[in-house]
This record gives sequence, structure tokens and C-alpha cells, in this order.
Amino acid sequence: MSNQTKHWEKSRGLLFITLAIWFVFSIGIFLFGAEMNEVKGPFGYPWTYWFTCQGSLGIFVILIFWFANRQEKIDEEFGFSEREDE
Amino acid sequence: MKGSFIDNLPKVYGIYTGGFIGFIVIMAIAEQMGMTAKAIGIAFVAFTVFIYALIGYLSRTAQADAYYVAGRQVPTVFNGMATAADWMSGASFVAMAGGIYFKGYGYMALLVGWTGGYVLVASLLAPYLRKFGCYTVPDFIGTRYGGNLARFCAVVVLTVASFTYVTAQINATGTIASVALDIPFQYAVYIGLISILLCSMLGGMRGVTWTQVAQYIVLIIAYLLPVFWISNKMGAGFFPHFMLADEVARIGELEQQFGFIANSKEDLALVPKGLAGITKAHSAVNATPWAFISLALAMMMGTASLPHVMMRYFTTPSVKAARKSVGWSLFFIFLLYSSAPMLATLSKLSLIDPTLSTGIIGKSIAEVQAIDWYQNWNQANLMFISDFNGNGTVELNEFFMGGKAVVLATPEIAGLPYVISGLVAAGGMAAAMSTADGLILAIANAISHDVYYKIIDPKAETAKRLVVARVLLVVIGFAGATIAAMEIQGILGSVIWAFDFAMSGLFFPLVLGVWWKRANRQGAIAGMILGLVSGAWYLIWVRSGGSGFLGITQLTFGIFGSAVSLVSMVVVSLMTQEPDKATQKMVDNVRVPSGKTILGKQH
Repeated sequence: MSNQTKHWEKSRGLLFITLAIWFVFSIGIFLFGAEMNEVKGPFGYPWTYWFTCQGSLGIFVILIFWFANRQEKIDEEFGFSEREDE
Repeated sequence: MKGSFIDNLPKVYGIYTGGFIGFIVIMAIAEQMGMTAKAIGIAFVAFTVFIYALIGYLSRTAQADAYYVAGRQVPTVFNGMATAADWMSGASFVAMAGGIYFKGYGYMALLVGWTGGYVLVASLLAPYLRKFGCYTVPDFIGTRYGGNLARFCAVVVLTVASFTYVTAQINATGTIASVALDIPFQYAVYIGLISILLCSMLGGMRGVTWTQVAQYIVLIIAYLLPVFWISNKMGAGFFPHFMLADEVARIGELEQQFGFIANSKEDLALVPKGLAGITKAHSAVNATPWAFISLALAMMMGTASLPHVMMRYFTTPSVKAARKSVGWSLFFIFLLYSSAPMLATLSKLSLIDPTLSTGIIGKSIAEVQAIDWYQNWNQANLMFISDFNGNGTVELNEFFMGGKAVVLATPEIAGLPYVISGLVAAGGMAAAMSTADGLILAIANAISHDVYYKIIDPKAETAKRLVVARVLLVVIGFAGATIAAMEIQGILGSVIWAFDFAMSGLFFPLVLGVWWKRANRQGAIAGMILGLVSGAWYLIWVRSGGSGFLGITQLTFGIFGSAVSLVSMVVVSLMTQEPDKATQKMVDNVRVPSGKTILGKQH
């Protein structure tokens, strides 16, 4: 298997993990919105309300930075990262 | 000199931010010394627009790569700010908190959708399109799939989506300019348009980039300052985002106590158009899971298909920077979006809690009608009370407000000085202008680069191309302003439609272009045409009384359009020949960050 194929397989793996986390916090949890809202969550807000105001939004921010760092590591591992002068 | 400007960016914008805060302080002092509210409003809007125009002038350029992609040297964090301004439109700034105020949970799907979409942008598209080295989104489609027809279809989808969006933004600049400068809306729309064009005409993407950074700074100060101030003034909490749980719970209690009493049709007929009462729970779940999820999903896929956002990531220096830049964009957007529900909470509580001095529920009708701010906003057609049950006091179902009033009027209701209202007007103007600029530029660039240069006259010189691009910018701007002046649709509705159009036609052709090597020209063309047509058909069908299916509404028709797009693209691709070796090699190259871009620096 060529270097590039391995790089792409690993990148695709990272994509699936990223999209799985994205799916949970953008869609998955809202299947149970009504039940989850009965319980008090962070800072005393109801859980569902907190996710729509801050939780999911903040998780997306962290997720993107995490994804960017992981992808950079993968690029480096296979020697595909950009040279600084490019 | 150029290099040193980029190096000095933190300093330049630091001084700018300091200068803007200084201006706010001067205005506050002037207010104490008797400057009228109207003069303050004019000063705020005129001063900020003048600064943007100055930046636009200083960024003028005669080079294609500076005009189309800002020379690809915008640093990560600044590109994040520019994208945030590009992204947050008049709808986000003025209408979002109002939507949350009136509709609660069901509306907050937009918060999740308009942020979650960036995960798709970062992981599926932005870095790969940056590696491609295109100037515009149709540039990618045209080169990846090959052929003028594919390129042209992409331009059509882009234009339909962006134009729907831009009329709403010009409308918003017109609304704010007409209030702040006190001139009729029909003229104010053109003042708004000229301000918009001043930023983008001379410098193209470069001018838009540096004005958008400046506009972000204005709009975020204008949004956060009142939220923090009101929260502290009400004693609700020093840092509202972490401390409003009691207030949210208190609103729930009051809702229980007052009850949601439905008004009769005859009573509602007396309420001015566009105003609404509080009829939905504030923090309780008031929508079905599918209603919430389908709206969020449509907005997320739409985010990843809107060209004016995608093209911001063409301006970063590298693929790596493009990825990080998406994270920064979302961080800067998060600052405003996480504050909107807090503003809605503070606004609602200060109006409906009878134990607060600002509360009006339970007061006598005559008493409320005598309040200054009530009179002002009633005159502006954004507030209305009526004694439907004839008991002489204001009940929850007898108080009506326009969606915009939550952002625009809350500072005044909470008793903040007028300087804050002037600041908010400048912020709304910045939000609407920055988005309008991005959209008009996206359309004009697509037509000038993809239709004129790539299809009609591939031998055109750079100077001629840029003249065409600028003429188109003005023509599209005026077309948008003319339609905006007719006031056909509301701001928020047309913004949501734009997302649905974009996802119907572009989401799968873009994503599969990178992630599915087998996708070919015929498939992409089928996906774009059938997706857009079926989405548009569904919208028209539902608008003209059709029942719809699967709970897909006129706000989420993109879910249907993009499903058709996916199926037709896959089926047609598999039925026709696979792409040639050169195209497959190109896709391989797009997938790794190192090496040359697919398209040259100047193309």
C-alpha cells in the first residue's frame, strides 16, 4: 500500500470520528430533548437548554481545533505537511 | 511594505479598537453635555461607515490574486474574524435574539445549525478547496469535473442562493440607515448599498477582508457590551452566560403564573403587522425532535455549501491555516451566538417580571402608555399594547413586540444611556454590510471569473477582467437594492431559503468532488440541476398550499433538494464512464496538503 493510500485511510478514519462526535451533539442528543431538559445541568440551566445555548456550540469549536491538530499530525506522519515557504 | 502590513496587523487593529472605544466614550460624554439622540445615531453610523470606506480605499489593487483571494496571505485569526463578520448577517445580529425570545427552543435549532455547519466545513471541504487553489467555488466544480456546463451550473446555484441572501442584507442596511439617519427607506437602501460598494469595489477580496475584520470588532463590542451592562444593572449576574439559570427558571415560573392565553382572531387583527406576543415557553422543549433536527441539519449542510463563506478560506496562506482558521471563525461566531439567548432572557424578564421596576405586565394600560420608551417604539411600529379583556391592566397576551426590538430596544428599556443604542445601530449596520459585501463579491467574482474569463473570453487581460468584475459588482448591488426596496420578503425567511437553495444544488457536488473519486461530470451536472430544481419545486409547492411530506417545511426544503441531488449524482455517475486518469490524479493531489496547488497562483 502506498504512502498516500495509507495517509488517506487514516484521514478518512479521523473524518469518521469527527463526524460521529458532530452527529451526537448536533442531532443525537436532541432526539431526547424533552427528557434531558427535566434535569439540571451546567451552571444550573436545564440540560437541553444549555446544549442549545452554549454546550453544543462550544463543543463544535473545540472539535474543529482538535480535528485540525490531529490532521496535522497525520500529514506529518506521512510526510505530506506543507513546507513553511510554500 | 506589504509584508510589514501583515506583520503589523495586531497593532493596527489594536489601535483601531482603542480608537473605537475612545469614540464611544466621547459620544457618552457628548450625550451628558446634551447632544441629541438623533445626532448620536448619525455620528455612530457615519463614523464607522467612513472608516470602512477608508480601509476599502487603502486596499485597492490591480492584481487578480489580490482581488480574488486577498493575495492568499490573511493570517489564521484575522481570517477567522473576517469570516465571522462575513457570516453573521443582519439576521444574526438584529433578528436572532428576537426569534429566541418569541419561539424559544424550536428557534434555537438555528443556533446549533449555524455553528455545527462549521464542523462540516473544516472536515469535509475547506482545506481541500484551499489546496485546489481556486478563486471561486465554481472554479473548483469546473476544474474537478471539467467542462463549461458544470462550471455554469455551479454559477447558477451560487447566484440563486447568494442573491436570495443579499437582498435581505441590503434590506437590513436600509432599515438601519433609515432609522439612524432619519430618511425614507427607499433612499436609505441606496445609501446602504453605496456604503457596501465602497468597501469592496476597489480592493475586491482584499478590501472586503480588512473591512470585515474592522466590522467584526464593531459588531462584537456592540453586541456584548449591552448584554453585560444590562445583566449587571439588573443584578442578574456579573457574567451573564454562567449566571442566568435563576432568571431562566423565574421566566418559567412567571409563564406558569400568567399562562399562555390565546387571543381571538378579531383581537389579533388589531395588532400591527409583524408584531408578536409571547406564546411559547422560554426554556422548555416546545418542538418535536424532527422539527428541531431537520431545521438544524438543513442549516448545517447549507453552511457548508454557501460560497461566500467557503471563499474566505481561499485567502489563507496554507492548507493547515485554512483548517485552523475555521476553528477561529467558529470561536468568534460563538461569542455572539452564545450571548443571543442571554439577551433574550434578560429582555424578557425585564419586561414581564412585575417585581422589577421595568416590568410592564400587571401595570395599568395608561401607566405603560405614558412610558417614554413605549411611546418611541410604539411610534416605530415595534411595540403595541391593547386591553383585550378590558380589565385595565396589561396581561401577557396583551403585549406585542417586533422581533428586532429585542436587540434594538432592550438597552433603552433597561435604562442604558442612548449612546448604547447608537452603538447597537452601528453594530447592526456592520453585520449587515459585511455579509452583503461577501455575498455581492461572491456573485460578481463567479460571473466575472467563471463566466466571462473562463467561458466567454479566456484571453482577456487582467486589467480588463478586473474592470468587468467591478462593473458586475455595481450591477448586482443595484439589482439587489432595487429588489430590497420593494420589501417583498422578511429578512429571516429569505436568509433561511438561501441556505436551502445552496445545499440543494451544491452540497453533494462539492463534498463528493473531494471524497468520491468516481464522481464524474455527468453526475455532478445532474446533481446540481435536479437538486436545485426539485428544491425550488418543493418550496413553490408548499408555498402554494401543498401539504409537503415527512414534515419538511418551506424552511427545510433543502433536505428534499439535497436528497434528490445525492441520489441523481450517484446514479448518473455510476451509469456513465468513470473520470479519466488525469482527473483521478488531481483528486489524489487535492487530498494531501503538500505540493503545488492544482490551479496556478494566477489563473
